[in-house]
Amino acid sequence: MTMIVHVDIVSAEEEIYSGRAEMVFAPAEMGEVGITPRHAPLITKLKPGEVRVKIDNNETLHFYISGGLLEVQPHMVIILADTAIRSKDIDEAAALQAKARAEEALQDKSGKLDYAQAQAQLAQAVMQLKALDKLRKRGG
Amino acid sequence: MAVGKEIRTKIASIKNTQKITRAMEKIAASRMRKTKDRMQATRPYSKKIARIIKHLAHANPEYKHSFLIKRDVKRVGIIVVSSDKGLCGGLNSNVFRKTLTHLLQWEKDGIDVDIATIGSKAAGFFSNLKANVVANSVKLGDSPHIQDIVGLIRIMLDSYNAGHIDELYVINNEFVNTMTQKPIIQQLLPVIACEIDTTLSGRHWDYIYEPDAKDILDHLLIRYVESIVYQGLVENNACEQAARMVAMKSASDNAGNLISELQLIYNKARQAAITQEISEIVAGAAAV
Repeated sequence: MTMIVHVDIVSAEEEIYSGRAEMVFAPAEMGEVGITPRHAPLITKLKPGEVRVKIDNNETLHFYISGGLLEVQPHMVIILADTAIRSKDIDEAAALQAKARAEEALQDKSGKLDYAQAQAQLAQAVMQLKALDKLRKRGG
Repeated sequence: MAVGKEIRTKIASIKNTQKITRAMEKIAASRMRKTKDRMQATRPYSKKIARIIKHLAHANPEYKHSFLIKRDVKRVGIIVVSSDKGLCGGLNSNVFRKTLTHLLQWEKDGIDVDIATIGSKAAGFFSNLKANVVANSVKLGDSPHIQDIVGLIRIMLDSYNAGHIDELYVINNEFVNTMTQKPIIQQLLPVIACEIDTTLSGRHWDYIYEPDAKDILDHLLIRYVESIVYQGLVENNACEQAARMVAMKSASDNAGNLISELQLIYNKARQAAITQEISEIVAGAAAV
């Protein structure tokens, strides 16, 4: 019987693959690694690239990941994949955007405030109507 | 007969409204299934990261990442997750109420608060409140991507690293079941899920690290915080759909009640008019 290892490929958004394999190839930061069953425990960062999961001699699955982390234990391989290419610059640009949106929202009070006020007035009117209705029922 | 024309038009308009609320209920029900699946799909990732972090923190007790160190609290950050759309019952107001109680508590203790909001409802609420909103992410839709909230989290993490805030929380609705959603608050920083576990101390094996344990720990802690916030967002989405489904169901039921009441009033009015007409005819015949 050939030896097998359990493989989990997960990202923050979904589980990509879970199953058994004879061997796993992953694009580690220091160069591609091939993991066979009973590999020593290992943790390494992954570069964007292709992960190959060899299920048996006939079948190999291919996944593209945009970076992440590889954890290896003797009978288990876990790949924590990033969902998108991440770099310091991209993260910082996103941060600036989020900040700009917050400032915009603070300045743009007119539209939302009017809407909130209208909503409050509506609620008041409904309450008044209800009270009137009760009075009428009691009287009539 | 001209009796009760207004009542009839009213009944017709309520019937139309009922059609809409029924349709919204059905849509919310189908979306809830999808968002619930998504919610479950995000769980393995953060669980696995938490396990590795715990191991790393245990294996390298001499290296203390700033995310793991408790500091005196002078200022806290909080990420409030809300929905983009309304018509979902008390979902958002429950979160806001819980947030406000915490804000009041912090105010009493003399702690300042930075707020980051996800979803238009929270953005509107906290900017009306004149709270200190530092970041904001809106219109993420039913299937948000983690990139959509990376910028917002980044701001909070930077401000934690700079010593500007000393603790970071996230508040969102927890999906208990379809009928119940409960607002919960979780502490993100310092990371408490990764405090050293004494049960691990007997084991002596360690990973081989490439390139370096510290590097990996830094990388993982950021991913961990992101995944927890993302999980909160996805869970809140499932809650939104569930709450909308329930709210729309009760709206349809109320419309049904209203219609039957109006129908009764209409029938009574119609009957009264007929009776009156007959008695007029009879009186007229008697006079001849």
